[in-house]
Amino acid sequence: MKYALLILGMAVITYGIRSAVFVFGERLSFPPIVRMALNFVPVTVLTAIIVPMTFAPHGGAAELTWRNSQLVAAVVAVVVCAVTRKPLLTIAVSLAVFFAWQMIV
Amino acid sequence: MNSTHQDRQDRQVHQPGNFAEFGAGARDTIPMMVGAAPFGVIFGTLAATGPLHAWSVQFMSLAVFAGSAQFIALGLIAGHASFAVIWATTFIVNLRHVLYSATLAPYVAHLPARWRWTLGAFMTDEVFAVSYAHYQRRAPGETGPYYFLGSGVSMYVNWQIWTVAGLLFGSAFPGLQSKGLDFAMVATFIAIIVPQLVALRFVAAALAAGVLSFAWNDWPYKLGLLAAVVVGVAVGMLLSMRAKNSTDSTQGRAQSPKQRPVEMERAK
Repeated sequence: MKYALLILGMAVITYGIRSAVFVFGERLSFPPIVRMALNFVPVTVLTAIIVPMTFAPHGGAAELTWRNSQLVAAVVAVVVCAVTRKPLLTIAVSLAVFFAWQMIV
Repeated sequence: MNSTHQDRQDRQVHQPGNFAEFGAGARDTIPMMVGAAPFGVIFGTLAATGPLHAWSVQFMSLAVFAGSAQFIALGLIAGHASFAVIWATTFIVNLRHVLYSATLAPYVAHLPARWRWTLGAFMTDEVFAVSYAHYQRRAPGETGPYYFLGSGVSMYVNWQIWTVAGLLFGSAFPGLQSKGLDFAMVATFIAIIVPQLVALRFVAAALAAGVLSFAWNDWPYKLGLLAAVVVGVAVGMLLSMRAKNSTDSTQGRAQSPKQRPVEMERAK
C-alpha cells in the first residue's frame, strides 16, 4: 500500500515535468548551462546504478574476478553494443553469456 | 485565449483528417513500439519477482509511463532507498523531457488548453522523436494534436501490454530473480548508455559517476548514488566548458582557466 504513494509521487513529478512547458509556455526558459547539465544526466544516472550491481553483485567488496558472471557479461555487453549499436542484440548476447557463465563457473 | 475560436478553426482545418492523422502517428511509432517491447517485458518480469504487488507494477506503468524512471525505481526499491531519493531520481532522470516539450512547444502553443494539458502526459523519448520528425516539416501553428496523440496513445497502450506480458512471465517463473535476472537490467542500461558515449566528456562523466557510486554505495537511502550523479554531471560540464573555451578563445588561452570556476559557480 505504501508503494501506491511512491508511485503516485513519481507520476505527479513525471507529469509535471512533461507538461510544464506546454501549459505555461513562454514563461519557462532554459539557460544553456542547464541544457548542458541535462546532457549528462542519463549516462551518469544509469552508470551509477549498474556499477555497484556489476562489480559487487553480492554487496560488500568488489569481485574483480572472472568468476563474477555479472562483470563478465557486462563487459561483453559493452563490447557488443560499442561494435554493433544494436540494443536488442546487446541484451540478448550478454544475457546468454551471463546464464552460460553461471552454469560453467 | 480565444480557445473556442481557435478550437473551431482547428476543427475546420483538421476534422476531415483527424482520424488519419491519429493513424499516421500510430503507424510511424510502430518501430519504436517494437523496440520498447523487450524493455516492457523485462520491466514486468523483474518487477514481478520484486517486492511490489503485480497491481502496483501495472499501476506504475499506467500512471508514470516512463521506462527508465520505472527501471531505476525498481533498482532503488530493491536497494531500500527512501521515497525522497526515488522521487529525486525520478525528477532528475525525467528532466530531459523538459527539453523535448520546449522543442515541440511551438507546434502545440496554438492549441486549446485541454490539449496542452493532455499531450504532455504522453511525452516519452520515442513519442518525441516520432512527433518532432513529423512536425518539423510543417509550419508551427498549422499542426493539429492528433498525430502526437496517435503516437503517444499507441506507445502508451504498447507499454501496458508488454508490462502485463512481463508480469505474467515473471510470475510463471518465480525463480528468475534468484537466477540473476537483475542482470537483464544491467544489460538494458548498458544498451542505453554506450550509444550515448559519443565524446570523451561523456565517458569521463559516466566513469566518475560509476566509480563514486560504488565507493559511496553504503551511504544511507542511496544518497551516495545521487551525490555520484551530481559529481559525474559536474565533470561532464567542466570538460564541455573546457572544450568550448579552447575552441572559442584563440587569443585568450591564458584567460580561460580563471573563467572556469566562475562558470561552475553559475551552474549551481
